[in-house]
Amino acid sequence: MSLSQNLDPYLPGSSLVHRLDPRVKVGWALGFILTVALTPPDAWPVGILLVAITAAVAILAEMPAGIVLRRAAMATPFALSALPLLFTVSGHELWTLPWGWTLTYEGAVRCVSVVMKSWLSVIMAGVLTATTRMPVLLGALRALGVPRLLVATVNLMWRYLFVLVAEARRLMHARSARSASSPRPGLHAGGSIAWRAKVTGGMAGSLFLRALARADRTYAAMVARGYDGDIRTLRLTPLTLHERISIILGLAGLGTVAGLGLLLWG
Amino acid sequence: MHHNTVDIQNLVYTYPDGREALHSVSLSVEAGEKVALVGANGAGKSTLLLHLNGLLPAQSGYVRACGLDVVKENLGRVRAAVGVVFQDPNDQLFSPTVFDDVAYGPLYQGLPEGEIRQRVAAALTAVGMIAVTDRASYHLSLGEKKRVAIATVLAMDPEILVLDEPSAGLDPRARRQLIELLQSLQPTQLIATHDLALVRSLCPRTVVMNAGHIVADGETTAILGDYALLERHGLA
Repeated sequence: MSLSQNLDPYLPGSSLVHRLDPRVKVGWALGFILTVALTPPDAWPVGILLVAITAAVAILAEMPAGIVLRRAAMATPFALSALPLLFTVSGHELWTLPWGWTLTYEGAVRCVSVVMKSWLSVIMAGVLTATTRMPVLLGALRALGVPRLLVATVNLMWRYLFVLVAEARRLMHARSARSASSPRPGLHAGGSIAWRAKVTGGMAGSLFLRALARADRTYAAMVARGYDGDIRTLRLTPLTLHERISIILGLAGLGTVAGLGLLLWG
Repeated sequence: MHHNTVDIQNLVYTYPDGREALHSVSLSVEAGEKVALVGANGAGKSTLLLHLNGLLPAQSGYVRACGLDVVKENLGRVRAAVGVVFQDPNDQLFSPTVFDDVAYGPLYQGLPEGEIRQRVAAALTAVGMIAVTDRASYHLSLGEKKRVAIATVLAMDPEILVLDEPSAGLDPRARRQLIELLQSLQPTQLIATHDLALVRSLCPRTVVMNAGHIVADGETTAILGDYALLERHGLA
């Protein structure tokens, strides 16, 4: 049913990036994001290089540009939060607004830098989630040392996110099905905003209670199968030498880029 | 002037992931008829029913209920005329108390308060749940929730009543009470179910679905007596 529309960011494919070992992918992605974060705002050449890397990875992953950009829109809150930088950083004044705020060159550079950094990080993370199934991704995180409990929590959260969204959608469908206009003349359908808000609040509360009840039932099911609080998973296949070298080389490359950026423009 | 009819022609529905759920389905129901829609799980019964009040838009072909085209402009009037009771009452009950849930429909329609109270009382009495009016629906048993879910739809006084698996999960007594209730209700009824005993006691006409097609449509005794047909379509 259209009720459980696809929220999973994974896009099936067989590109180079899809086939890369997940641990290598995650290592490089995290390294990239760190490099982006460490790059000084006015290191334009480094910035261009990072944009080129991002574009190359997205192309290698065979991701449609439209999807890349749509998912990159997740960076919008960060971009918006950077807007005040335009006016709060002192320096060469460029433009003064009617009510006294002054836009400075340094502020503009910083703002653009924050926007670009968030954008690139989100795109790289987006490519990662589009080319790697979540369970595999979590396995990679586990292999790279993230604690079992954390990974298990994210795993359950991921699983039940879909369940909850589907349930919320069904509740909204139930509401739509009973939101009708009477055939009698002179009646105004819809109720007041306050009433509709009250109903929505009730639905949210109802969903929360159900989530709690479901959590209890899930826990009972796990206990019934022997769960004792310790998360145990299958042993991971160790990284091959080839994969180790790939990760190290990749991180070394990114480290060099970051280092150059910091040295020359920091 | 509404006609109590359902008129579906060449309805096609494909899920977002590409699976075809309905392959050019056509169905007509006359006023006052009680029709059973039977089929194995996954036959497309629920998908078909969700088109009747516009919860799923017709991708191809058309759906008409009570003389109204089920399209965006008419949804308000369609939903007043077609009441759908979902398979899982938990999906249908979303308000803090039973009263609030049953009153939601009439309240939304803008009916005067006195009439709303009267309709809620009448609906709950019809399903035998007047005693739980002020309780939280969350605490009711499955059978009680199913009956309250029916009441939430009855309160809107629909001309067509659509029920998706109404007897699933009910104990024998609750099932019997449900059948008696449905027998006593006036509106045109379209009931999706694989409870063949319910079909026999309630619906003179049966439509059989399999894998998104309507494979049989006729008198209940004839269809349910044809063992080969039932077996072919996953019902025996």
